Amino acid sequence: MGPSLIAMFLFMALPIVSIFVQSLHIEHPQVVIVSETCQPFGGCVETTSVDAAAGAKLRAEAPLGQFNGFGTYGDRNHLAFAEIGIILTESAGLGDAVSRIYNLPLYRALAFTVAYTAVVTPLAMILGFLIALAVNTLPQLFKGTVIFFSLVPMLITPLVGALILYWMLNAEGILGAAIQGLFNDPNLSTRTSAPLTWVTLMTYGVWTNAPFSFIVFYAGLQAVPRETLEAAMIDGASRIERIRFVVLPSIKPLVLFVLLVQLMDNFRVFEPIISFNAASNASSLSFLVYSSLNTQTTQLFGSAAATSMITIGFITVLIVPVLLRVARDLSGGKT
Amino acid sequence: MADAYNRRPAIVSFVAMAFVLFWLIIAAFPFAWTVWGSFKVQADFFSRDSWWNAIVGTSTNRVTGSTFTSAGYYGAWVTTGFWRAAVNTAIITVAVTVISLTLGTLGGYALARSTHRYRFGILIAALFFRAMPDITLVSGYLLPFFQLNIWGYLPTAVIVLVALNQPFTLWMMYSFFQGIPRDLDESALVDGCTRFQAFRLAIIPVMWPGVITTGLFSFLLAYNDFSVSGLILTEQNQTMVPKIASYLGKIQSDGNIMFAVAAVVSVTIPIFLLVMFFQRYLVSGLTAGAVKG
Repeated sequence: MGPSLIAMFLFMALPIVSIFVQSLHIEHPQVVIVSETCQPFGGCVETTSVDAAAGAKLRAEAPLGQFNGFGTYGDRNHLAFAEIGIILTESAGLGDAVSRIYNLPLYRALAFTVAYTAVVTPLAMILGFLIALAVNTLPQLFKGTVIFFSLVPMLITPLVGALILYWMLNAEGILGAAIQGLFNDPNLSTRTSAPLTWVTLMTYGVWTNAPFSFIVFYAGLQAVPRETLEAAMIDGASRIERIRFVVLPSIKPLVLFVLLVQLMDNFRVFEPIISFNAASNASSLSFLVYSSLNTQTTQLFGSAAATSMITIGFITVLIVPVLLRVARDLSGGKT
Repeated sequence: MADAYNRRPAIVSFVAMAFVLFWLIIAAFPFAWTVWGSFKVQADFFSRDSWWNAIVGTSTNRVTGSTFTSAGYYGAWVTTGFWRAAVNTAIITVAVTVISLTLGTLGGYALARSTHRYRFGILIAALFFRAMPDITLVSGYLLPFFQLNIWGYLPTAVIVLVALNQPFTLWMMYSFFQGIPRDLDESALVDGCTRFQAFRLAIIPVMWPGVITTGLFSFLLAYNDFSVSGLILTEQNQTMVPKIASYLGKIQSDGNIMFAVAAVVSVTIPIFLLVMFFQRYLVSGLTAGAVKG
C-alpha cells in the first residue's frame, strides 16, 4: 500500500498545494526603463523600453511571480467581482445583465460546462438505458456485435472521436451538407452559430457517453430477478409498468454509479472544444486552464492556477453529495 | 418451460430491433466513413458538390489516377514525422501501464486486506482525485517541472500519467481483490507464509483477469491523454494525440488536412483491435465498479 499512497500524495495532493500557491501569485510585470532624450531645440522626448535582462533576473529570483493574494481570483478573467457589481447596478433589465455576465470569460466557460453536464448526463443515461432494454430482447447472436460497436465510441480518444464527428458535421462534410439541405440554407454552419456549436458539442457528448450507461445497465438487467418480473406479469402489470416498478428499482444502485462517473467525466469536457475548433462559441473550465497555459509568449500560471482552484471548488460542490452517499454505502454495507 | 416472460408482441421486438440498428449506425458509421474517406483526396472527403464524391472518389480518380490513394498516410507518417509520435506513444503507454499496475496491485491488495478504518478515507480521497479534471493538476505540475528542469521529457509525462491513473487503478484492484476470498491467503498465512509470500504464492496466480482488465484501462488512459502530454512534452517528444491537435492549426492552411484524417484513422486502429480482442475484459471492468461498489 505504501508506494501507491506515496505516489498519490506526491502527485495529487502536492500539486493542489502547488496550484494554490501559484494562484496567489501573478506574473512579474515587464521591467520598463523610461529614458528621456533631449534635443537642443526640440524639447525632450520620453522613450520607454523593456529591460529584458532585468525581467529575466526577476523571474529567476522569484519564479512564482509577484505575490498577489486573492487578487487573481477577483479579476476580470476570473470571478470578476467588480465587473459583476457594476453590471448588477447599471444593467437595463435581467436579459442585459445575463448577457453581459456571459461575456466574462469564466462565467462563459462555466455556463457551457454546466449546460453540457446538465444536458449530456441525463440524455446519455436515458439513451444508454433504452439501448440496454432493446438489446436485451435480441437473440444472443447479435449482442456481442452490438457491444463491440458500442464500445468503440466510448473508448476512442476523445480528441479523435470529436474530430471524426466534426469532419462529418463540417459544412463540407456529409452530415453538415445534409443539415444544410434539410433547412435549405447553404450558409448554415456549425462554426458561425453559437447555439449550433453547443448542439453539436452536446451531440458528441451523448454519442460518446451513452455506451457506458448501456454497458452498465445491460449488465444490471441480467441481474433483475426473474421471479419478481414473472410475478408482476401474473399480477397484470404491463410492459411499461414492469420496467417502472421492477426493473428500475433493481438497477437503482447502478444509476447512482453511472451518474457519479458521468458527472465527473462531463464536467471536465475539454477535448471536443479543440476538435470542433469551437473556442469562439463555447469554452469550458478545463479549456480556460489549457488556454492560459498554452500561450505563445508567457504562460499565465497564476491565471491557470486560479481557474483550476475555482474548478476544483465547483466539482467539490457537485460531487460531494454523491461521494457522501458512496462513503455511507462503503462503511455501512460491507465488511 | 418456454416461459411467458420471453414472449413478446411482434411489434415490441420490431421496435427494439429497429432501435438497435439505428444505434449501431450512429455508433459505427462515423468510423466507417472516416476510414473510407482517408483514402481519398481532400476535394472528395470534404466535397463542396456532393457527398457522393467521397464514396466514389471522383477527384481522387482525376488527381491520382486511382479511386484510392494513400497520400494522406504517406504525408502523415513520413513527411510530417508521425512515426516519431507513434514511437513516443508506445513508450509512454507501456511504461504507464506497467508502473501503474505494479503500484495499483500492491496498493489495492493492501487496502482490500486492511482492517483499518482509514482505508475508507483513502478510497474516498482517491475518488475525489478521480473527479478533478486532469488539466487542473497539470497546471500545478508545470511550474515545479520548469524549475527542476525536467519539463519536456518522456519520463516526466509517464510519472504524471501514472499519478493521474492511480485513483482509478486503486479502486479497480481494490474491488477485484475484495472478490478474492480472504480464506485463500489467510490459509497460506496459517501454513507459515509471510504476508509477501502469501501474496506471491496464493494471490498472484489468480489475479490475472483483474490485472488484465485494469491494465487495459490504464493503457487507454495513457493512450487517449491529451491534456498532460500536450502541455508537458516538447514538440520533439510529442505523442500521437497532441500531434494530431497540432495538425489542426498548421495543416488546415496548407491544404493537407488529409494528413490529419490519416493520422486519426491510424490512432483509431489500435483501439479497434483492443476492443476486438479484449471485449470480455473491458465489459467486466466497466461493470465491476458498479456491481461490487
